[in-house]
Amino acid sequence: MSEALRDLSAHIAEMHPELVESADIAFGELTVMTTPEKLIPLLTFLRDDVQFGFINFIDICGVDWPQREKRFDVVYHLLSPRQNTRIRIKVLVAEDEPVPSAFGVYPGADWFEREAWDMYGILFTGHPDLRRILTDYGFEGHPLRKDFPTTGFVEVRYDDAAKRVVYEPVELRQEFRSFDFLSPWEGTDYVLPGDEKAKV
Amino acid sequence: MNEHNVRNFNINFGPQHPAAHGVLRLVLELDGEIVERVDPHIGLLHRGTEKLIETKTYLQALPYFDRLDYVAPMVQEHAYCLAVEKLLGLEIPIRGQLIRVLYSEISRILSHLLNVTTQAMDVGALTPPLWGFEEREKLMVFYERASGSRMHAAYFRPGGVHQDLPPELVEDIGAWCDPFLGTLDDIDELLTGNRIFKQRNVDIGVVSLEDCWAWGFSGVMVRGSGAAWDLRKSQPYECYADMDFDIPIGKNGDCFDRYVIRMIEMRESVKIMKQCVNRLMGDAKVGPVSSLDGKVVPPKRGEMKRSMEALIHHFKLYTEGYHVPAGEVYAAVEAPKGEFGVYLVADGTNKPYRLKIRAPGYAHLQAMDFMCRGHQLADVSAILGSLDIVFGEVDR
Repeated sequence: MSEALRDLSAHIAEMHPELVESADIAFGELTVMTTPEKLIPLLTFLRDDVQFGFINFIDICGVDWPQREKRFDVVYHLLSPRQNTRIRIKVLVAEDEPVPSAFGVYPGADWFEREAWDMYGILFTGHPDLRRILTDYGFEGHPLRKDFPTTGFVEVRYDDAAKRVVYEPVELRQEFRSFDFLSPWEGTDYVLPGDEKAKV
Repeated sequence: MNEHNVRNFNINFGPQHPAAHGVLRLVLELDGEIVERVDPHIGLLHRGTEKLIETKTYLQALPYFDRLDYVAPMVQEHAYCLAVEKLLGLEIPIRGQLIRVLYSEISRILSHLLNVTTQAMDVGALTPPLWGFEEREKLMVFYERASGSRMHAAYFRPGGVHQDLPPELVEDIGAWCDPFLGTLDDIDELLTGNRIFKQRNVDIGVVSLEDCWAWGFSGVMVRGSGAAWDLRKSQPYECYADMDFDIPIGKNGDCFDRYVIRMIEMRESVKIMKQCVNRLMGDAKVGPVSSLDGKVVPPKRGEMKRSMEALIHHFKLYTEGYHVPAGEVYAAVEAPKGEFGVYLVADGTNKPYRLKIRAPGYAHLQAMDFMCRGHQLADVSAILGSLDIVFGEVDR
């Protein structure tokens, strides 16, 4: 399997070295890094090249790394039914940096890009209808960002007096608790209270 | 009628409509009875599964998968387990694999039975759901006897399955297979040759294979259009490679072909189930059902009472959980509705950093506009039925 992927990766690098930043094979999967400008030519090439035939669009999603300067990964998954292989294409973008829409190459990208916009606020230029998709009408914020609290900001209830649904700030009976089960002997990078002098 | 008073008509289909198979709001633009544009509004069942999973340990994240496509819960768990196992590099013992395959196929029949019969209901037949649901009930009892729960099983765990099957259960599943084929024949007789059913489904919602791939379709949708593509055959996981079964393929890519494929797939699933049952009662009668790696799979209750090490493992696994090495993987299974994928980004801690659920229904539903254009209003529900949409997985 990884032999075939190595061939595939070498072949892409040979045909269009300018479109690929780097390629990496891990866990039997090929990941190709590229930049927003080269994304559409790369996708078109992978789809139209008779040898590759990555004609089946699988997925687009974002990943948030808030500590990084280029905050988001935009991850594309494609499948080639003829070759029976998958490929992952990754683009790194900053918060205000737009990505060209893949809608022209794969019409199936439509909702997946809307979802990435909804969840992360990643902008796709050239998308025909970049509306929110999964969240409520009039929702604010991008919920899958790491700085968005899991509890959210507003809660909804039906107000019997006003005879309509009202939105109110979230009020929790109990503070949202995020348990830290990491063993203090391994894997933590913080110092437990009272342990400050332990290593001095 | 004058030119100026001919205008398009907008109607709201759903969010509460029996043919919407859940909470779907379709905004339809009609010209007479011809559909000009469909705008599906989804997200009414959005629960933020992906966000919630980021705050849970790997084991705690598992039950969320039952709640995605709640018609065939174990298949979703399977995709997640495969992703975690890929990162951990775990091997599943053969008995565990057979149980997984057996229950995946039970799930496939659960889903196809629901879909085929409710599609018949969408186009006006009432009897098939009554017959189909009786069999679904029996299958859910098998779910319950294995996991303790009829729907939200949480039975597949990273490393294997939660508990071993009692031998009587395996026998009962084996005994269920043949009578079920009779029920399938009855449903077949009622629908396949039925004039009304054919009038409503043949040549409705035709998609070419090229469009299928580009729109991100998978599963029955691409097979209906003529692609011999099934992940169980082309990228086999578990012990599907050892199983003997066939992949039915359609020719016309219409609603009727997809219906026929689902009917045949149920028979093929029964074939696989029988092979699993035979092996579970034969060469794999005894043996572990989950990996023996004590750092991932919790010890059995009895062991825990006697062994200090098992007790420590039990405590650690149910509080801290296990750490999964950093990396990213994509694991997919052939769910009844298509390719169900899990893209997992791990950062080396006990919680997933990011988990993207690639639901087949999401890709299928977005093509509603493309598939319904130019069809009659009544065809919308037939097409929706043949797409096999469940909102648990579309809205996540």
